[in-house]
Amino acid sequence: MAFYRSHVLVCVDPECLAKGAHEVVDALQDEFIAQGLNDEIQVLETSRIGGCGNGPELMVYPEGIHYVGMTPDDIPYLVEEHFLKGRIVDRFREIVKPVVDEELGPLRPKEVRVVLRNCGQIDPNNIEDYLATDGYQALGKVLFEMTPEGVIAEVLKSGLRGRGGAGFPAAKKWQITRDVQDAPKYMICNADEGDPGAFMNRRVLEGDPHSVIEGMIIGAYAVGASYGYIYCRAEYPIAVETLNIAIAQAREFGFLGKDILGTDFSFDLEVRVGAGAFVCGEETALIASIMGMRGEPHPRPPFPSVKGVWDKPSNNNNVETYSNVPQIILNGADWYAGMGTEKSKGTKTFAVGGNVVKPGLIEVPMGITLREIIFDVAGGIKDNKKFKAVQTGGPMGGCLTQEHLDLQLDYEALTKAGSMMGSGGLVVMDETSCMVDIARFFMDFTQAESCGKCTPCRVGTRRILELLQKICDGRGEDGDIERLEDLCFEVSRNSLCGLGQGAPVPVISTLKNFRDEYEAHIYEKRCPAKVCKPLISMEIQPSCTGCMVCARNCPVEAITGERRQVHHIDDTTCIRCGICVQVCNFNAIAVES
Amino acid sequence: MIARTIERDVSAIVQEAVEKHGAKRDALIPILSDVNKALGYIPAEAFQEVQKQLNAEEEHTYVSKSQLFGLASFYDMLSTKPRGRHVVKFCENAPCHVVGGKSVWDTLSDRLDLKNGETTADKKWTLVTTSCLGLCSVGPVVLIDDDLYGNVTPDQIDEILARYE
Repeated sequence: MAFYRSHVLVCVDPECLAKGAHEVVDALQDEFIAQGLNDEIQVLETSRIGGCGNGPELMVYPEGIHYVGMTPDDIPYLVEEHFLKGRIVDRFREIVKPVVDEELGPLRPKEVRVVLRNCGQIDPNNIEDYLATDGYQALGKVLFEMTPEGVIAEVLKSGLRGRGGAGFPAAKKWQITRDVQDAPKYMICNADEGDPGAFMNRRVLEGDPHSVIEGMIIGAYAVGASYGYIYCRAEYPIAVETLNIAIAQAREFGFLGKDILGTDFSFDLEVRVGAGAFVCGEETALIASIMGMRGEPHPRPPFPSVKGVWDKPSNNNNVETYSNVPQIILNGADWYAGMGTEKSKGTKTFAVGGNVVKPGLIEVPMGITLREIIFDVAGGIKDNKKFKAVQTGGPMGGCLTQEHLDLQLDYEALTKAGSMMGSGGLVVMDETSCMVDIARFFMDFTQAESCGKCTPCRVGTRRILELLQKICDGRGEDGDIERLEDLCFEVSRNSLCGLGQGAPVPVISTLKNFRDEYEAHIYEKRCPAKVCKPLISMEIQPSCTGCMVCARNCPVEAITGERRQVHHIDDTTCIRCGICVQVCNFNAIAVES
Repeated sequence: MIARTIERDVSAIVQEAVEKHGAKRDALIPILSDVNKALGYIPAEAFQEVQKQLNAEEEHTYVSKSQLFGLASFYDMLSTKPRGRHVVKFCENAPCHVVGGKSVWDTLSDRLDLKNGETTADKKWTLVTTSCLGLCSVGPVVLIDDDLYGNVTPDQIDEILARYE
């Protein structure tokens, strides 16, 4: 076996890869060969050293020196200094460039990490790291000290509800599957996280896969299931790979397979990978996809808990739900129920995006207010602009406003306010967002993802989109708002699955909270947020200094004027791209509506 | 990928996929995904071959050609049309959109002279949009084959495209 005096670990998780980690690996290998060091120093690819926000990053052992923000051009200097001369290069070290993980940084104010506690802290590809943080102890406790009924009672007491969005109590679902007289029974983990902007589950699968697997095994023991599927979307190749490694290691250690930990309980599972269909996140569509069919939903009942994959009872929960379970068993239901509101217990992960100072992944106790999330955890609105709306629950959620900021976050409160918990995407919008445009954007998404099986969703979403497009284009007419309301009602009420039922929600909620904006578009032919291009125009103010920057940058040459003279924009040529507004140094170009 | 199509026999590719995932109904999506990966798309011969190989195994796994085509047309990642040697996937979702995705898309579309779903005449490039890749904190995101590019700006496009043969 070769003996290396030094090892260089290069982080190759998605963030670092996106920043060019492979090029850094190649450059390192080339340079070690060039310097004749390739027999002495080994380059290894790993995941998550801890500073991905400032990646590509590498760790040199045995010294334990962490270098960040590396580019291939830095490598020859680094190799010469560190590996040939033995001098640490301070300017590449993280102390020089503070670590900012854009997804999951250090604990923020008001955050409580239960599901995300191990993410970024342990090596997901090494089961021993998980074992060292009390991993699989809950499974041991369950198998040796608790009955299946006892497990269900404990989870029921904890108040854990489905984190996929609907919020059905997890233990009640387990009880239904347990009570069905049929065999075999299956466990399903819904890892088809398709909502744009939501990546909480990806982070858990990539950072702490064993917590999900352990939760599934405990659930399997409780419901009496013998086999399980984790249905993961194909857009997450690293999560799939991490899961497969974790499952193999769990088998090796006797946590999966026959006679787990020497008991007579057997359970095994596999990963099923999707092929790109948003609707497969709906449970009956997901089950159809597992069975090798088109991912089209079926009417419920029968619910999957009774008749699921291969027509057998199948318990289906989401990634975050399962990964809460080991913690509940270990720390007790009372600990978990101590967090949150009366009906929504524990914590919830959110992916906060949009116009906030600190976007990214957060985990907060239920019951926190939207104001606390936006202004304390996410740092407030960017560029000192005004808060306008927050969209919760993904493309089938609603837009909430100023008046909802002090809402205590739980399943009921959000539904009552006209939105929903959803999987946990939060898109924060400032005063520059046009709510009709936002509704159109989400409708564009849902109509494209409609599977086409039922008419209300297939045709209805298309018609709603056309109406919204018409209004954004300035062709809206009297009666369009009423037509939209009627259509939304019919599509919600008559669609087969959650996709169609939820698709009109962004429209309904913006119609309710921002009706004046719709009216302005239709009756006054004006877009108050100055977003919808057919309804705005650019005008140069008298404060123009005639510097000619705008004229040089205009892609359609719509701007004319002499040097040091006020310029003019030809409205018929102008395409309203907004470049002139961005490049003007004197704020002399106004967007009129 | 096109070069490999000529060299490798469709039936060998299908056989490899069937052996890996099993000759079962529920293995159809992984089998078709593998074929799609190896050939860049699923040609008509491949459907025939999958059908032949699966139906030969056991009687109860009978699959029809329409079932196979139904799968390929339903799932976005499976293609029944030939694709270029390099597939450029662009994330068009809200989080990438608000951080400047549109101008990246316009530049890509302009440089490759392609609209969404089109392939260049020399079969080098295919340009498509993709569902959210969940990498929203490094958006805009472009995926070329299996290479991921984050925080992409329009002025990087030429340099990125030049990396591909």
